[in-house]
Amino acid sequence: MELYISEFSRYVITLIVFLYTYESFAVFRFQEEEGRGGIYARQNLLMFAFHFCSFLVICFETGDMAYLFFYAFQQIVLFAAIVLYHMLYPKTNRLVINNMCMLLSISFVILTRFNLGKAIRQFAIVTASLVAALAIPFFVQKFKFLKKLQWAYAMVGIAALGVVMVLGQTTYGSKLSFSVAGVTFQPSEFVKILFVFFVASALYQSSGFFEVFTTAVVAAAHVITLVISKDLGSALIFFVVYVLMVFVATKNIFYLLAGAAGGSGAAYIAYRVFAHVQVRVQAWKDPWSVIDAAGYQITQSLFAISSGGLFGLGLYKGTPGAIPLVEADFIFSAIAEEFGIIFAICLILVCVSSFIMFMGIAHRLEDAFYQLTAFGLGATYIFQVFLTIGGGTKFIPLTGVTLPLISYGGSSVMTTLIMFAVMEGLHIIMEDQEEEHRKAQLRAKRRKKKAKGPGKEEEGFGRRGRVPREDSWGEDIEYEEE
Amino acid sequence: MNTKKNKNGGRKKKNTQIMLVTWAFVLLFLAMAGYITHYALTHKQELMNNSYNGRQQLLLAQNTRGTIYAAGGEVLARTVTDGEGNEKREYPYQNLFSHAVGYAVNGRMGIESQANYYLINTSIPLSQKAALDVGGEKFPGNDVYTTLDVHLQQVAYEALGVYQGAVIATEPATGKILAMVSKPDFNPERIKEMWDELIGDEESSVLLNRVTQGLYPPGSTFKIITALEYIREHPDSYQGYSYNCTGAITRQDSRIQCYHGTVHGTVNFQKSFAKSCNTSFANMGLSFDRDAFAKTLEQLLFNQKPPVAFPANTSRVDISQEATEPGMMQISIGQGTTSMTPLLLNMITCSIANGGILMEPYMVDYVQGYGENVIKEFTPSAYGKLMEPQEAQTLKEMMANVVEEGTASKLKGLSYTAAGKTGSAEFGTVKGDSHAWFTGFAPAQEPEICVTIIIEGAGAGGDYAVPIAKRIFDAYFQ
Repeated sequence: MELYISEFSRYVITLIVFLYTYESFAVFRFQEEEGRGGIYARQNLLMFAFHFCSFLVICFETGDMAYLFFYAFQQIVLFAAIVLYHMLYPKTNRLVINNMCMLLSISFVILTRFNLGKAIRQFAIVTASLVAALAIPFFVQKFKFLKKLQWAYAMVGIAALGVVMVLGQTTYGSKLSFSVAGVTFQPSEFVKILFVFFVASALYQSSGFFEVFTTAVVAAAHVITLVISKDLGSALIFFVVYVLMVFVATKNIFYLLAGAAGGSGAAYIAYRVFAHVQVRVQAWKDPWSVIDAAGYQITQSLFAISSGGLFGLGLYKGTPGAIPLVEADFIFSAIAEEFGIIFAICLILVCVSSFIMFMGIAHRLEDAFYQLTAFGLGATYIFQVFLTIGGGTKFIPLTGVTLPLISYGGSSVMTTLIMFAVMEGLHIIMEDQEEEHRKAQLRAKRRKKKAKGPGKEEEGFGRRGRVPREDSWGEDIEYEEE
Repeated sequence: MNTKKNKNGGRKKKNTQIMLVTWAFVLLFLAMAGYITHYALTHKQELMNNSYNGRQQLLLAQNTRGTIYAAGGEVLARTVTDGEGNEKREYPYQNLFSHAVGYAVNGRMGIESQANYYLINTSIPLSQKAALDVGGEKFPGNDVYTTLDVHLQQVAYEALGVYQGAVIATEPATGKILAMVSKPDFNPERIKEMWDELIGDEESSVLLNRVTQGLYPPGSTFKIITALEYIREHPDSYQGYSYNCTGAITRQDSRIQCYHGTVHGTVNFQKSFAKSCNTSFANMGLSFDRDAFAKTLEQLLFNQKPPVAFPANTSRVDISQEATEPGMMQISIGQGTTSMTPLLLNMITCSIANGGILMEPYMVDYVQGYGENVIKEFTPSAYGKLMEPQEAQTLKEMMANVVEEGTASKLKGLSYTAAGKTGSAEFGTVKGDSHAWFTGFAPAQEPEICVTIIIEGAGAGGDYAVPIAKRIFDAYFQ
């Protein structure tokens, strides 16, 4: 009986997650949130099904039905998050919320399977963060002064990173965190958000050479502080996000090329100067020759990924514990082992679906500050996903960053939840902006109608029509005279 | 610029940069997803076989290691479980297949290593699993059928006697390995008890599979290759080659002698080969174009990993522009720094027997799962052309001539015809110590079996290696 359940569940879980992933792309068939309702409802059902099935398997495999209580708490929190966001903010983007909760439920399942204590701790942090994050969309919408705090963001960010550099605890050769009253913080996670806000607020009005230069100095201060702390993954994220944001703000390909050239040069110098960079590159190029030392993690990770096959070995059937740091940097490999390659690829695609939605929001936002912020946060998110999955699968050298929302780690999950909440706020701003346009358009039409006299119907009056706003952003938006 | 027309005629420029970055990331992720899927699915076996991969233990705890069979259905290795659930790996032929089948404790070698993935995995259906699970029994692993022939293996094993050395017999048309003997040997059932002794003994290196990993000076068997190069460099005139052998040739204070100082007198190309005249071949080697020779050697798989599914050493020849005249003379007669595995010599011989085409040698024929269901079949696979068909034909005739009127005359006048080349490869510093080589095939015209033999330190190939070939051929054509 137990054998049948564990065998059968592998296929069922894969199918559920596949369908969920399909729906998270089907969403893009519709331009607006209206019309997506059915998709979101199906997603919610599939999330529930995945979560429930997985915990059922956990109960059967461990023989301890008490896990169902833990499951019930998780389900309530995730359900509440979905409902509360929707109730408090009718204009939220539900795909972002659904993907967030789906990824969280995957995280809860895999962490419970590893270590119940850690899973409970992570659950508590997620719950607290979700509650706190509920207020964020409101703040983003109302606090117009967020645009003006550029130096505050920079100073707080550099100070936080500086504190870690000087006082931080060393984990695996890198200074990542410090403790206050028994709680360990990893400030580089939170500073990512501040940094995006800093660049957006510094460049949204004007992005001439002077602004780019001053922000470059501040960005370099962040990156160098992180390099000194040997937190190379975070340093790389800050650098890439900065270059991409400058590219979008200036619309000048030169900055992108200069960034790529500078980045390559810096990477080469880092390779020559730092032994730990050489070790990482060596472990990437040929981990088999250093399997006893630097290549151990990555080869164990590759063993895990390859042993799962398409449908995985099933929960508790693999040995993901063989990979050092599995619940943080290598959680993707553990998922691939026990849930299979199809599931793992779907997981990647769910992240990509969230990213595309973020970029869609950025794309439609007309206010330059909000647009840059949305773009910067989206880029931060997806680049971190790329670093951790690519690093764990030998696609790129390992940098040791967490998989957002899935990996164990309070600072990481809290930061990502804040990011997602900010994105919701920005989505609401975007919806408001478009509603404004529709109203203005309506007024314009009415005036025209009046002028032309009654009885003449205009056709093609669409909901999606847009007219310029007075404060709309700058030079790249051109309008033809009618 | 991506523009979108508005309903009221207004036009709005989109932010192309955001679109660009979005697409770049989407493509990057698609590439990564493709890479991960491909890597995971194509490297599964290789990674599972890695000794650092603890997942093998997981499978072994769940499945009983499968059985290894010979081509005729004889059991070569099986796991038996006693009443208390203790497992023991049995090798019914004891030492006979020690290197070919190998062992599966303290690491693995041979087929036990090569087919490990199949042996530790099971393919029984779910209903069977459930039934076994209820009884607390382990699931049976897949069975592996090899190409090995028990009778030929026995003949080769006994023929080699107390000597150290190696024998390999293959089917040139398919690449199937019929026999693989390496001595000294060991009893795979006792590997655990003997481990320290085996590891500590550096002198005779018992665990080394001499067929695939032994690197020997090829001696006169290398003349097959020298002859091929000479034909290539003199396609129209090699038949008219003539050389007056005085028993020795000297260049820059380096002297090459014929075996036992024999003076062969005036020899043509055929006779130089049949009599294995060192001075004549050294003379040929002196005329070689270094680049062309290097190309031929590369084509014959020297200095590269051989195309086989099991571990095998790389055979080496050093042909550089700087190779001196003495160096070229040494290389031409298979002495000097040249080293070669019996496996590669067998592969080259097979390609001659098979019209220039090399079939990749293999030992695992097919894997059988539950209900005699063949899970995986290894079919003969051509590696490619090592030489042109005419070149193979010429060498074949020359090798037949070695039997008719040359150093392998012990194979003459039998119920079948044979062809081959002998070798007596000097090694070490003591003059006269030599390994006895033979590589050849039978029947000479339509070869069915190809054997390569080396006997360490025995003496002349014609005296010691050829009789072993004869016993194997006799057994095969019986």
